[in-house]
Amino acid sequence: MHMADALISPLVGVTMMAATASVAAYSIKKIQNEMDEKKIPLMGVMGAFVFAAQMINFSIPGTGSSGHIGGGILLAILLGPYAGFLTMSSILLIQALFFGDGGLLAYGCNVFNLGFFTCFIAYPLIYKWVTRKGVTAKRIFGASMFSAIIGLQMGAFSVVLETLFSGKTELPFGTFVLLMQPIHLGIGVVEGFVTATVVTFVWRARPEIIEKTAMGEALGNISMRKVLTSIIIAVIVVGGALSSFASANPDGLEWAMEKTAGTSELKASDGIHKTLSKIQNKVAFLPDYSFKTKVGKNKEEPTVQAEDSWPPINAGTSVSGIVGGTLTLLLAAFTGIIISVMKKKKRKEKSTLKEFSAR
Amino acid sequence: MSKAINSIYNIRFLEELSGKETSIHRLHPLVKLLTTVAYLIGVVSFGRYEISSLLPFVFYPVLIFSLAELPVGKVLKRVLLVSPFIVGIGILNPLFEQNTIILGGIVISRGWITFLSIIIKCGLTVTASILLIATTGMDRLGAALRMLKVPKVFVLQLLLTYRYISVLIEEVSRMQRAYSLRAPGEKGIRLSVWGSFAGQLILRTFDRAQRVYQSMSLRGFTGEYNTGDIAKVRFKDFAYLAAWSLFFIIMRRYNIPMLIGSLFTGGIK
Repeated sequence: MHMADALISPLVGVTMMAATASVAAYSIKKIQNEMDEKKIPLMGVMGAFVFAAQMINFSIPGTGSSGHIGGGILLAILLGPYAGFLTMSSILLIQALFFGDGGLLAYGCNVFNLGFFTCFIAYPLIYKWVTRKGVTAKRIFGASMFSAIIGLQMGAFSVVLETLFSGKTELPFGTFVLLMQPIHLGIGVVEGFVTATVVTFVWRARPEIIEKTAMGEALGNISMRKVLTSIIIAVIVVGGALSSFASANPDGLEWAMEKTAGTSELKASDGIHKTLSKIQNKVAFLPDYSFKTKVGKNKEEPTVQAEDSWPPINAGTSVSGIVGGTLTLLLAAFTGIIISVMKKKKRKEKSTLKEFSAR
Repeated sequence: MSKAINSIYNIRFLEELSGKETSIHRLHPLVKLLTTVAYLIGVVSFGRYEISSLLPFVFYPVLIFSLAELPVGKVLKRVLLVSPFIVGIGILNPLFEQNTIILGGIVISRGWITFLSIIIKCGLTVTASILLIATTGMDRLGAALRMLKVPKVFVLQLLLTYRYISVLIEEVSRMQRAYSLRAPGEKGIRLSVWGSFAGQLILRTFDRAQRVYQSMSLRGFTGEYNTGDIAKVRFKDFAYLAAWSLFFIIMRRYNIPMLIGSLFTGGIK
């Protein structure tokens, strides 16, 4: 359920990044206050452990399929919520950079969906609550199972919300929810089971690891109010400011936000924009293309009334779009080839020179 | 087990690429990070029906590929492998979109346009992220994050995670090999031993972390993160960022392919 960049809008991406950054900042502060620097190597190596553990394919009996762990809830149990959250963040960053698993712009969304709900909601509210009267094998099982399922369900729902707010897909809300939640229920059961058996094993072999973490941050120590307040402030400040700027000044932010080029003639509203459109009139050799083709000969009504971001489609513009697009791609490929050829030539010259001087 | 080997190979492949010495590799890491972010915002900010105006953004990866002398096929293969999720979500668009458009006399669902748009965006954004790491490398990226005032605790454990991935994956491979030799013909690890299998790995990991910490302490680790020598941002770096940002803004603002196309097809009277 890693979100890709292509599915989100910049507004959602930046807002979620701010929310994640506020949680991360809080976690870092907590870690620096409460722990020694000993925990840093442990966090680092445990992050690598999750990577490695994801390579272990567990065979799921009866289905023929295999699963692997996500790790959010396991990290929270083993390291505590703050260190768990930070470790999850670095795992997700490496996955985004090296494997294209989740986007860089969607990084905030992913850390929030996979790290926040497991470490800051499911772990303190469910896992800690179930095991509050001491740890037993049964309680570990129930607690891990429940918190893994709930954490994943919340994460999946958050994916749905972020995708819908971004408006890049056509999926209706209900369908998307019905698609995501059951799939992640299955994933959650597997995750919960794996987490439970692993935690039970570690608890039996080295009980101090589990109990130390559990003692370190008792339920009362996590100030959910502080965490939630900082998230809400970050979301309101960043999301609110960006979106109100976008709506108050839609033309000015048009290029950065939503509208497509060529939707309509531009209405210059403020100073900067006026100059911009003046420049456009001079620079763009065919400034009114879509408008004029619409009046032109091949006028085909769009089958539906144009919605907000739907540019009037007609044969003229789509053909020129296809032709122009192809030419652009060819030009790009050509540029790449030219540079590569020139580089190769240069290298050859260099190597022959070297050979020459060696002689 | 092949999965483990693949992912080690992937990491080493990108790390080797990042060790090259080209004009792109020599640029300041911070500048490359910011350019990538600007690029991603540019690509992602397009509406869901946009295709033609997205295409000039292909120039960025093409130029990086050729200037940084990266193997196009090998990198693009990695891009193609990712994100079954996105294709899964995207392919539903044509099914759920009721509205149609007429293109060259054929009536198609408008969902195909959004699908294509998502696929193009996905390709461009994933390529840009991989290109960033392939031209920068993890250590220099960590230094760039420090310059952006990301706390050292985070950067430090990020780099440690990265450094130990291959170590632990090798450990898992050994464990899996041992398991499969003793349990021939089985796919994956059996249900009854999941806990002890992964649990053993955790115990080893904790012990390893202890050793890592001890050896770090012996070498003078005090919780400080040292980036080594990273030069200051030079004019050349700044110009690189500025030039690309300008390019992205212009391409975002004007639909150049459409203009070129209209010029050739005579769409404008």
